Amino acid sequence: MPSVREALATLDYGPAPEAADAVRAWLADHAAGFGHFIAGRFTAPGETFETHAPATGEVLARVTQGTPGDVAAAVAAARRALPGWSGLAPHDRARHLYALARHVQKRERFLAVLESLDNGKPIRESRDIDVPLVARHFYHHAGWAEVLADAFPGMAPVGVCGQIIPWNFPLLMLAWKVAPALAAGCTVVLKPAEYTPLTALAFAMIAREAGLPPGVLNIVTGDGATGAALVAAPVDKVAFTGSTEVGRAIRRATAGSGKALTLELGGKSPFVVFEDADLDAAVEGVVDAIWFNQGQVCCAGARILVQEGVARPFAARLTRRMQTLRLGDPLDKSTDVGAIVHPVQLARIRGLVAEGVAQGAELHQASCPLPERGSWFAPGFLTGVAPASVLATEEIFGPVATLTPFRTPDEAVELANATRYGLAASIWSENISVALDMAARVKAGVVWINATNVFDAGAPFGGFRESGFGREGGRAGMLAYLRAPAPGRAAAEPALPPPAAGPGLEGAGEGVDRTAKLYIGGKQARPDSGHSYAITGRGGRLLGLAGLGNRKDIRNAVEAAHKAEGWAGASGHQRAQVLFYLAENLAARGPEFAARLAALGAPKAAAEAEVAAAIRRCFWYAAQADKFDGAVHATRSGHVTITMPEPWGVMGIACPAAAPLLGLLSLVLPAIALGNRVVAIPSQTGALAATDLYQVLDTSDMPAGVVNIVTGHREELAETLARHDDVAAMWYFGTADGSAMVEREAAGNLKATWVNHGRRIDWTGAAGQGRRFLEAASQPKTIWAPYGA
Amino acid sequence: MNEAAAIAAHPLSNRPRNPGVPLARDWFAAAAVNRPAAEHRAATLTARRSVKREYQAAWLVNAIRCTDLTTLAGDDTEGRIARLCAKAMRPLAPHILAGLGLAPEEVRVAAVCVYPTMVRPAVRALRGAGIPVASVATGFPAGLMPLPLRLAEIRYAVEEGAAEIDIVITRAHVLSADWSALYDEVAAMRAASGAAQLKAILATGELRTLRNVYMAAMVAMQAGADFVKTSTGKEGVNATLPVSLVMVRALRDYRERTGFEIGFKPAGGMRTARDALAWQILMKEELGNRWLAPDLFRLGASSMLGDIERQLEHFVTGRYAAAHRHAPA
Repeated sequence: MPSVREALATLDYGPAPEAADAVRAWLADHAAGFGHFIAGRFTAPGETFETHAPATGEVLARVTQGTPGDVAAAVAAARRALPGWSGLAPHDRARHLYALARHVQKRERFLAVLESLDNGKPIRESRDIDVPLVARHFYHHAGWAEVLADAFPGMAPVGVCGQIIPWNFPLLMLAWKVAPALAAGCTVVLKPAEYTPLTALAFAMIAREAGLPPGVLNIVTGDGATGAALVAAPVDKVAFTGSTEVGRAIRRATAGSGKALTLELGGKSPFVVFEDADLDAAVEGVVDAIWFNQGQVCCAGARILVQEGVARPFAARLTRRMQTLRLGDPLDKSTDVGAIVHPVQLARIRGLVAEGVAQGAELHQASCPLPERGSWFAPGFLTGVAPASVLATEEIFGPVATLTPFRTPDEAVELANATRYGLAASIWSENISVALDMAARVKAGVVWINATNVFDAGAPFGGFRESGFGREGGRAGMLAYLRAPAPGRAAAEPALPPPAAGPGLEGAGEGVDRTAKLYIGGKQARPDSGHSYAITGRGGRLLGLAGLGNRKDIRNAVEAAHKAEGWAGASGHQRAQVLFYLAENLAARGPEFAARLAALGAPKAAAEAEVAAAIRRCFWYAAQADKFDGAVHATRSGHVTITMPEPWGVMGIACPAAAPLLGLLSLVLPAIALGNRVVAIPSQTGALAATDLYQVLDTSDMPAGVVNIVTGHREELAETLARHDDVAAMWYFGTADGSAMVEREAAGNLKATWVNHGRRIDWTGAAGQGRRFLEAASQPKTIWAPYGA
Repeated sequence: MNEAAAIAAHPLSNRPRNPGVPLARDWFAAAAVNRPAAEHRAATLTARRSVKREYQAAWLVNAIRCTDLTTLAGDDTEGRIARLCAKAMRPLAPHILAGLGLAPEEVRVAAVCVYPTMVRPAVRALRGAGIPVASVATGFPAGLMPLPLRLAEIRYAVEEGAAEIDIVITRAHVLSADWSALYDEVAAMRAASGAAQLKAILATGELRTLRNVYMAAMVAMQAGADFVKTSTGKEGVNATLPVSLVMVRALRDYRERTGFEIGFKPAGGMRTARDALAWQILMKEELGNRWLAPDLFRLGASSMLGDIERQLEHFVTGRYAAAHRHAPA
């Protein structure tokens, strides 16, 4: 320490370390190593690995590498605990969650220090951001537990949840996973990241201290192999936060298993600065975005887009601000930038930046000195980044953003959306029209206007596109841990072999011959293959021929669907009008459709009932088109936080064989009611009920391309749709094998899927219609706008 | 001695005075100030920085060096002024000074700030100490007196011996966006002040919006203010960190355009040592150490000094201090 006089001469901040004694003592007590937390007890340490302090490289503790046996024991414990936990009165579960919230607060400093030691993040962040958000998350979900029955009538917990979390916000991600699961009545096996397992282990002790029943929360430590074992284990749901690459592998691994899945993956989020923005505010936004948590933030504003007129002053202010960042000891209370979590991550950051610089980018970096020991990367930003550069496309997960100029709002939208990700966006403008326009057009699950990285348990968080699916926080987050009551033993959808393309059956030769083509872009189109296949009725009688669609027809249909983008921008009222009109026109031709269904094999009364139900369904979704709306969330004071349901865009829909009219409409109507455009594969065997609809669609003012219908072999066409990178969501209601295929193939662009796992659905009953269809046909976009005059 | 310390030793340094520039509306007409963002920055500024032990003691001593020790009360008397000036010259008890390892002449306030009729007693009381007397003027605090009277008041205060004049602006000019009227007024006051430093009180609590604050600060600087100052201390809301943030950004922008360094003086409502640290963190982070010296930074306060003295005694003795054991201001 210098003298006061010496300090007066420099007026430096000087060291201000947070005391770590309590944490050090705790680590010393567990020097022998940590076991897993299973069924309310810690197991003896098994084969262990070291966890290090990123700031120094020192070994903090030894934790156990979870084996498949460990995972099985934990899942079994969670399974045993499930009846008791889910059977508790909601109020009793609420009391447990409240106790967890309180105990997190009572241990707040311990948890903050431990987190900063293990992760390398500044104590300012763990103390002021991570841990308060953890407590907030448990409070919020204590509330959900209390009101569960009122808020989600008839819903049941998903069951045993396998949860895998990343190293960037170890305790906060635990809270985001554990709190909603426990509130819903699920039990949990959680695997923390191998780099940062310590706060999860401490949380296990806190849960025990708070009296959480054994087996409700189990924690198994380990690396990716342990995570894979957990994914493969007999759990009812897998929830994962981490890289898109691993998320994709999990999507493939769980395909067809019937396990529910939510993924919160990577991002390359735009940070858009318009010329009328408060530039100083936007510069501070960058500090809170890419220079927050060393840039190791999935929703970090990694791509700064600045309007050309202010690009120069913005870069100048950013450069100056960057120089005042203090990098160093994470436990020092004046540290802004801590250590990179692990040497492997540091090498990745260095490698990507070096590659980008070799490709012509220029790195502007703070000149702060780096400590000799530990993993450090000076914060900075990059200019001259070409659109195809690795820096523009790859998630760096380090404290460096790209800075790119744009000219007009349209160009900002184009650049912002030129990414495979869609997690978050930050928009800076003092013009509310400009800001809201951007918010509406950007493909992102979370949008901050004149703010960044604001979180709250009451606001859904999650991504579009390859940033994953599912939400955490708020009502949407609870839905990820609830399910509709399991249907009884359902009949299986029949397998449908490829239809024969050769002639052979005898026709009736009645009336004028009718030609059933495909329906693409509002036009009836001949199948590319030039083939047709036979549709038969009762007794195998030939009813007519349907076009045998192929992959090119799917390609054309998807293109036509994209061209009908205006449908998404139409008002709910406008879409409702079309759906009401569809009902009117369908009713006018009701007898004809009933006759068709009867010819296809339905008893007369059933055929008439199916037509009547189809007309009602048009009305129901017409009604919902302007009523399934968003919400305003009670988050922070001085913030408007809204969620708007957004259509996916282009959806693929593969229909069941039975109920060829009602099955098709039950799936297409909710999708288009919310603004999606669909490519539908109708009942393979009853395709003529769908082809009869073309004229009804035409006369109902359905814009071209909103509904596209490709008849043919369901499995082949569904596979093409599931693999299509420009299809955003896929519903499949066929066989179990087909369901697995769709889930597996959807991993390519991580499109959201909804499949029936081969179970037959009674489309005339309650299962055939409802809010869950609308929820599945949309994704929430959460928009934050702080206000103040 | 480094630059800051050198300047600290000579409160009225020889930095070139801001001559002002012609009114340039385009410097502020498009200014965007987002209040939630400014409040967020202000709130996190002090959460991001911590100053402890010897450093904290040094920062608190520096706060004393930057303090305009102020009394602006209706019951001010010569006796009261004399007591204030005594405190200004010896703000810390001898045992605290000794504990800090500092000489008495190293720890004095930047100025004493009083009403015009109290200038002469203050100058008398401070004779030989080298501490300037600042006077409020121009119909402080509301400023709603005829302009000739306000200018005459400035000249009176200067004649009485004030080396610094803290003027108030006409808030109506800001609220009605009459920038040329505001410019002309401040320019006339600057002329009336002569060699005395002109500190322009914006009365930010009455300007309300942060954009108004930015624009008023910019016009005051264009009109030749040497300092911009937040508040009279008589408003409903006085110095706040968000307002201060916006003002220091305005003077940063003014320096970028003209090269002239303008001083900043938050005033009113700051009572604790913690406040003294918070405002210094703001200055250091936004403008750098140059603005931690009294020729560019003043803390307009009266009761804050007492809390600083208590904190410094705690630093020296390790015991928590009692105000009644210190000399009152």
